[in-house]
Amino acid sequence: MKIAVASGKGGTGKTLVAVNLAAVLASEVETTLIDCDVEAPNDHLFVRPDLEESTVVSKRVPAIDADRCTACGACSEACEFGALALIGDRVMVFDDLCHGCGRCGLVCPSDAIREVDHPLGVIERGRSGSLVFGHGKLHIGEAMASPIIAELKETTSEREWTVLDAPPGTACTVITTLHGVDGVVLVTEPTPFGLHDLRAAVGVVRTLGLPAGVVINRDGTGDRDVEDYCNEEGLPILLRIPFDRRIAEAGAEARVLIEALPEWRSRFVELAARVKELV
Amino acid sequence: MKRIVFLSGKGGTGKTTLAAAFATRVKELTVVDADVDAANLHLVFHPEVRDTGIYYGSNVAVRDDEACTSCGLCRTTCRFGAIVEDLTIDPMLCEGCGACVTACPTDALRLVERASGEWYIGQAGAHPMVGAELYPGEEVSGKLVSVIREKADERAKTEGTDRIGIDGSPGIGCPVIASTTGTQAAVLVTEPSRSGLHDLERILGVVRHFDIPASLLINKADLSEPLADEIEGFARREDLPLLGRIPYDERVLDALRVGRNPVDDPDSPAGRAMDEAISRLSEWIESPAEAA
Repeated sequence: MKIAVASGKGGTGKTLVAVNLAAVLASEVETTLIDCDVEAPNDHLFVRPDLEESTVVSKRVPAIDADRCTACGACSEACEFGALALIGDRVMVFDDLCHGCGRCGLVCPSDAIREVDHPLGVIERGRSGSLVFGHGKLHIGEAMASPIIAELKETTSEREWTVLDAPPGTACTVITTLHGVDGVVLVTEPTPFGLHDLRAAVGVVRTLGLPAGVVINRDGTGDRDVEDYCNEEGLPILLRIPFDRRIAEAGAEARVLIEALPEWRSRFVELAARVKELV
Repeated sequence: MKRIVFLSGKGGTGKTTLAAAFATRVKELTVVDADVDAANLHLVFHPEVRDTGIYYGSNVAVRDDEACTSCGLCRTTCRFGAIVEDLTIDPMLCEGCGACVTACPTDALRLVERASGEWYIGQAGAHPMVGAELYPGEEVSGKLVSVIREKADERAKTEGTDRIGIDGSPGIGCPVIASTTGTQAAVLVTEPSRSGLHDLERILGVVRHFDIPASLLINKADLSEPLADEIEGFARREDLPLLGRIPYDERVLDALRVGRNPVDDPDSPAGRAMDEAISRLSEWIESPAEAA
């Protein structure tokens, strides 16, 4: 079973939920934790894995063979992303805009395009105790995170349970993360921002037809709007985590909550049981 | 014209709250909500919308069933797994590149424009405000950010405001880069945690990569004084001017809940700290390359 932890709004506590859920699952069954937030990965700070292998992820970008190129312009015309431009009798390639689709190579009549690797980031894999762990890191200055997430998901060995920590938002990186999962835990906070972005995240999981439940973090600091919304939408509330300075302090030091405050273990065991019912 | 962007790497550190505080204290400012896939700034400012439009930022492949001979070339050509086994097209995975269109021997595929989001131009009190919402799952968040930034630039010119404040998105990828390039100053908002520091290092890398002068705000600083001190030490080593430490304060949430700007709450310790930090920020952006 594959469970994604997502949120819409950033900083609601996805990492807190993903790390602790994975930790309780790992004490019962074979579990993998994949941190799909390759722009701002944080799970490794908590689970402190021994990272055993590292792989570079690249996209395929065109390289023009100047001897063969006749400057016909077919490639730059075909590119939907503006990644190729015919300037005078030369074709310029803008790696950053390229999606690596390969269409330019298909349209070139003189076989002047070959493809080279443009590194986007790295994937690192390892273990933390019985937990299998994988995460990715987008290189600084690179824009395209989705290919790293797709590769990360494909190459990290999945076990009986896999917990995927999603990036914030509702854009393509989130879709890439949610693709193929069996259920989604949405983490929110009882604030107007939290509610607004929860609605957007629910829109995504509904479009994808995935079962979902909600964790309300910093519960008690706000009003009942999030709860009312969940009731209206028929979204089960899987867990409430109150605002508690001790939880915030443990999180600040990147300590796993169920270890820092052991009374929380049973709550996350309960969450795991509810998640199992959900999928 | 000076464009100031609020960034954080990590989500939920308080970018929007601080961008809103900044906007309230600065006259002659055009406000941009560039967090297009989780836009929240309008919940503080409730802009009066003057103009809206749909943004067609990408394409999606569609198939003509009559012309299709089910040869499957489209499926083997597509690098995004968007053409599934029965040769239907998954629009969520389709990048709109058209490689399948080129590959199809019977011209059964074509690209059609796809609506990717909606932008608006409005007025938030004294400030022109521009923002957008990306439709769920869309690819073109960076392009949509570029579109609204162009609109903000135009708006700022016609209104004669010489400052643009941009509320960015979390992360360091496509929409962040689109929010950052071409700005004159970046305000990095962090929180006192290992995650906050880790992601601060990454976003600082991005703004330095694009040669944008940066300064730092530590929000919810008292939730962990040791980490806040550690981050302050990091900022000193990196020559990153610290604009202030804002305490955690539930009055901030109370204010936001009733649609008020926390910086306008004189009884809020965080509001007062924000006010002081914004004064320092206003001085710093006059000559952002130098320490505050």
